[in-house]
Amino acid sequence: MSNPNLIQGATGEWEMVIGLEVHAQVTSNAKLFSGAATTFGAEPNSQVSTVDAGFPGMLPVINRYCVEQAVRTGLGLKAKINLTSVFDRKNYFYADLPNGYQISQYKDPIVGEGRLILDMKDGSTREIGITRLHLEQDAGKSMHDQHPNLTFVDLNRAGVALMEIVSEPDMRSAEEAALYLTKLRTVLRYLGTCDGNMEEGSMRADVNVSVRRPGAEFGTRCEIKNVNSIRFVRAAIEYEARRQIDILEDGGKIDQETRLFDSGKGVTRSMRSKEDAHDYRYFPDPDLLPLVLDAEWVAEIEKGLPELPDEKKARLVADYGIKPYDASVLVAEREPADFFEAVAKGRDPKLAASWIMGDYFAMLNRLGKSVTDSPVSAKALGELIDLIADDTISGRIAKEVFEAMVETGKAPGAIVEEKGLRQVTDTGAIEAAIDEVLARNADKVAEYRSGKDKLFGFFVGQVMKATQGKANPAAVNEILKGKLSP
Amino acid sequence: MAGELTKLGIAEAKAGLAAKDFSAVELTSAFLDAMEGGRALNAYITETPDLALEQAAKSDARIAAGEAGPLEGLPIGVKDLFCTRGVLTTAASHILDGFTPPYESTVTSNLWRDGAVLLGKLNMDEFAMGGSNENSYYGPVVNPWRRNGDTAALVPGGSSGGSAAAVAADLCVAATGTDTGGSIRQPAAFTGTVGIKPTYGRCSRFGIVAFASSLEQAGPMTKSVTDAAILLGSMAGHDPHDSTSVPTPVPDYAAALTGDLKGKKIGIPKEYRVDGMPAEIEAWWAKGAEWLRDAGAEVVEISLPHTRHALPAYYIVAPAEASSNLARYDGVRFGLRVPGKDLIEMYENTRGEGFGPEVRRRIMIGTYVLSAGYYDAYYSRAQKLRRLIANDFETAFETVDAVLAPTAPSAAFASGEKADPVSMYLLDVFTVTANLAGLPAMSVPAGLSDQGLPMGLQVIGKPFDEAGVLNVGFALERAAAFKAKPAAWWRA
Repeated sequence: MSNPNLIQGATGEWEMVIGLEVHAQVTSNAKLFSGAATTFGAEPNSQVSTVDAGFPGMLPVINRYCVEQAVRTGLGLKAKINLTSVFDRKNYFYADLPNGYQISQYKDPIVGEGRLILDMKDGSTREIGITRLHLEQDAGKSMHDQHPNLTFVDLNRAGVALMEIVSEPDMRSAEEAALYLTKLRTVLRYLGTCDGNMEEGSMRADVNVSVRRPGAEFGTRCEIKNVNSIRFVRAAIEYEARRQIDILEDGGKIDQETRLFDSGKGVTRSMRSKEDAHDYRYFPDPDLLPLVLDAEWVAEIEKGLPELPDEKKARLVADYGIKPYDASVLVAEREPADFFEAVAKGRDPKLAASWIMGDYFAMLNRLGKSVTDSPVSAKALGELIDLIADDTISGRIAKEVFEAMVETGKAPGAIVEEKGLRQVTDTGAIEAAIDEVLARNADKVAEYRSGKDKLFGFFVGQVMKATQGKANPAAVNEILKGKLSP
Repeated sequence: MAGELTKLGIAEAKAGLAAKDFSAVELTSAFLDAMEGGRALNAYITETPDLALEQAAKSDARIAAGEAGPLEGLPIGVKDLFCTRGVLTTAASHILDGFTPPYESTVTSNLWRDGAVLLGKLNMDEFAMGGSNENSYYGPVVNPWRRNGDTAALVPGGSSGGSAAAVAADLCVAATGTDTGGSIRQPAAFTGTVGIKPTYGRCSRFGIVAFASSLEQAGPMTKSVTDAAILLGSMAGHDPHDSTSVPTPVPDYAAALTGDLKGKKIGIPKEYRVDGMPAEIEAWWAKGAEWLRDAGAEVVEISLPHTRHALPAYYIVAPAEASSNLARYDGVRFGLRVPGKDLIEMYENTRGEGFGPEVRRRIMIGTYVLSAGYYDAYYSRAQKLRRLIANDFETAFETVDAVLAPTAPSAAFASGEKADPVSMYLLDVFTVTANLAGLPAMSVPAGLSDQGLPMGLQVIGKPFDEAGVLNVGFALERAAAFKAKPAAWWRA
């Protein structure tokens, strides 16, 4: 069986190897080591304490809530929680790094090995290893476009808590990388530990890409820094893999380097080579004692974890009998999954799933709305499905009723009555309509009887038209068949 | 009268204020006059007379209202490493030009809480790096002491040289210092004053300009052991703003001063007998042991086998931390900025001009020892040695209550005498061990050298046993009866 992930080059097949380092901003009102606020979009330099600004004599004090959030995330990633971890200083000079070092965790991170399950399109799953998660401070922001020859610095973000979540090099396509990011964001949102908002920069990815011949050793990798949307991650990987393949096929070799993704041009560009790499001179931060966690405290956090997407998916499949892929789509966010359960409870779950994933999602997409501000409530959609189930309306009429629900906000029952859409199940009335159609189309009846079976659909259509779609389709089929048979 | 007032230490001045012999304003004015007359010593970088008189008047009001704090109305000099709200704070460095902190260090906050009066900010070696106070951007401090029959200027020791000189010359009732490798104890020894570096974690480091975070502690520099006990009691205490500060209750140190050492065991570490140590230092050390025996202690020889590794370990760890701590002085947000054509050049110009040679040297050493490829050979090994040195003390303290040693391998020396940085670093040989192990250690004057210069003895104690250390110091002080004062040659 051929591997769909392989890339066809001029000299044969190639495989991508991808690992991701995701920086996720910890959901917290205060920064990692100072009491300053973290609200996005505040006036420049309005959320900066003297600790964040690296003033002389200022000292960091760890924010307990940020630690709790990191532990929660680790538990959500089924990872090992390290009860002792160490904060290190990563030293480098930059105008938006006030201390001249970033407090991070180097050798001893707070969270060790874990895993993330990807839900593939075909309903299968794929496990991606998590190497580690560590806590660190964000830097400030340099703005080079505010003045012709000065750089402005905004320290609002300086000191904000980030979780760096490092994956194993387990991904083999841009698609898998995109699925990984999507799933990671889902898990973080379920946990409430990161809002996953890539536009506001609260989630960013460094993408490590290399290529190799299938089954060969890993190739030399390049790291693409700070990619800030899933679409760009995909594009950056596609471009970078192709670039590396072209070099290798031309007999060249890959230089290990850091690259940037130019989203305008859709290309990656060299930022610095391995030789120019910073020597960060990591060493344990003497201002902070090793972070020691109480095992009972960790157990308490674990007890308080919400139902996570994988468990929810498994439960939806088991309890409602829906397809695993459908379940994975529904659990991608908490709200649609809750919506599904509200609709499906006591009803045909497959019908509920097909309505939600079909017309309902299409409607949300069209209106640019989400489950939380949808014009159709779970209760209303449930009532609509009830009307289908008890043969009050057909599935086709239901679509019409649904559109009316979206437009008017009225209950489906009221719309059916108002518009007189109640399904005709009276066989007498249906027979009369059929007789009329057959009489009007005697020529077609003859053609049908002489073997042109395809005309059956035509007759059904005519009957439905004559009954304004209200005739029960099953009854129409049955009576029509009887009348047409020679 | 005014000349007499400045001779007072904390305990006597407290008593005088309580008895209404003089007011806090009178006391403060006497010191302000003495400071003016003592400018030849260059002990103060910044004098704050207006603030001092304002605080003193408030102290007088509180004394009158019967609400006097433990340090009420006592005029104190503060090493210019402590950030003081609204008062220029320089760390004796050009790079902090014009830096006026919008916050107060925890230690000085504690002093003002207890009623102390700020006379000014005391000179020091730049960023507390040095042992002679010759490394200040604001010029060297001159030791009030001179050799017998000689007018050559001597160094007051360092880095708290301004504090030591001010206390010795009666330019304050007492002063604060900081000690990273001996910066309280060695200048105390050079000036005939008392200084104690408490256990690491006893005093908050919040608001103290950082040099080597894992080694440094604030401590008092005073005219007597009793004064040191009182001042340390105010300075010490847990601070939630410093994660390395320890939530251990602060005892009444002054109450512990009995001078009675019956049942106590004092260790004499044989490894502190270094090659080339002057005979008189050896003699004063032996004398100190005898005094402690007289006070009831049993004196035994002990071994601290890793002592010889202390200096190299210290001169790796301290610069390593300094190289990182001083990275924030980049010209971007405060202090000196020397422009350049781009960011890198601005950094180079600012840091090149802003830091003196010794600070630059230590930044270079620290950067080197933390570099990839050298980290394991230097920093990692230094940390292991540090552990071994701490273990030596732990073992020793299983049998002894405190350790007696010289404070410094020499008395005060002439300005410019030690031009070679390594010979300067060797001065710290007896003091860095207590910083590496985080132990409380103090220096007490023992007597005068043959040349008429003060000599100090050092007491090193168990973690958080400042009370025990102070009591040993008190016994030494009583026996030594050191009353000598430098001739006030600096008064015009």
